[in-house]
Amino acid sequence: MKAAPFEYVRPSSLAEACAILASDEDARPIAGGQTLVPMMAMRLARPGKLVDISRLPELDGIKRDDDALSIGAAVRQAVAERSSEVARHLPLLSAALPWVGHQPTRNRGTLGGSVANADPAAEIPLVLVTLGGAVRAAGPGAEREIPAREFFEGLMATALEEGEIVSSLSFPIWGEDRVGVGFHEISARKSDFAYVSAAAQVALDEQGKCTRCVIGLGAVVPSPVYLAAASEAVASGVGVDDVRGVLEAEFSSLDIMTDSHATAAYRRRAALALTSRALDDALSQAGEA
Amino acid sequence: MEIKLKINGVERAIECDARTTLLDCLRDNFDLNGAHIGCEHGICGACTVLVDGEPSRACLMFAPQAEGYSITTIEGVTPAPGELSVIQDAFCEVHGMQCGYCTPGMILTAHALLASNPEPSREDIVEAISGNICRCTGYGQIIEAIALAAERLQGSNAPLAAGQGENAR
Repeated sequence: MKAAPFEYVRPSSLAEACAILASDEDARPIAGGQTLVPMMAMRLARPGKLVDISRLPELDGIKRDDDALSIGAAVRQAVAERSSEVARHLPLLSAALPWVGHQPTRNRGTLGGSVANADPAAEIPLVLVTLGGAVRAAGPGAEREIPAREFFEGLMATALEEGEIVSSLSFPIWGEDRVGVGFHEISARKSDFAYVSAAAQVALDEQGKCTRCVIGLGAVVPSPVYLAAASEAVASGVGVDDVRGVLEAEFSSLDIMTDSHATAAYRRRAALALTSRALDDALSQAGEA
Repeated sequence: MEIKLKINGVERAIECDARTTLLDCLRDNFDLNGAHIGCEHGICGACTVLVDGEPSRACLMFAPQAEGYSITTIEGVTPAPGELSVIQDAFCEVHGMQCGYCTPGMILTAHALLASNPEPSREDIVEAISGNICRCTGYGQIIEAIALAAERLQGSNAPLAAGQGENAR
């Protein structure tokens, strides 16, 4: 359980980090390292050079950016969890963060690292996809923005090009007065990888009618999924009980994973239960707002 | 490569391979054997140390990544040589351990919890130690020990741990 030898560098600017990564195909960025270090200890990863990007000022900070909250890629999960800006503007991210690993890994793990790693069960990518946010990537060329729903391409595969790194994440802020969220997941034990996770966010008007809804599902297929049909149904007034049919129809178009932890049939049942619960929570929270 | 680490308030420089984990570095280069080697991939919590006061896995950090942070190990929480912190004392008193392998990690996690939340509920304590595996106790006495330490610290005028100094949040 010891990593293979590598060279460690800690550049002082993002440009320098990108130049090193672009010039050496065996170089990998490291921020919190909470996934990469165990992968290296098990020799599933063997980078020749580690480029420590965790302290780059360009990748730090949480700032309001018109209708979005922009979170630097190297912002640690524990920092976002304690952030009053995140609590105020991104209730869905606030609800999901306590499910990410456990406190000691959140103390070091970063938001950008979780997104770049693209584990199917990861909560932060699920929130980003559900809300329809964006990933900003820095690299040898100009910084570019990739919609989150196009960023995750499969099992630990993303739209990042060779030499590119995630620089920040953009989460849309909902301006409505009455917004509610729900987040549920099931795993073998606290802090372990989810078998299924579900996220929902809704907005209600003054009469309590749903005006906007997003529902997302994690860990059932290799990337987080935005459930467009069910989201639109709820936003157009379909009640929670009637939306189950829409959800079931939407699940039937997904090639749900079977692995050593859970069968596709189990995941399908759990997905229906958890999305319904997340939606219930979101609607009742918005109703009380 | 040469790296400089600040461990238990003292700056030290050491020559080691970049691939040396903070855990191996603490144990092999500094004889700080209180951080225990367990799973070595971030699951068990036996190697927990405080990084700027926050519990972190010493097995999930390469030593050069720890440069510039203040590292606290179990050896650094005692108020003076031969003495125990209030939390360590509470673990002894209610026997919050059996084999002792998870204990340094549990105690450091408890230090960080009580530094930021002096009056934790039982749920707060359970959540805080949820990343630390104990295979002996069933956790009952560990939770009891942390609750007792919290009660004593609330009623006392003493700092959380003299040795922890600037790491106390």
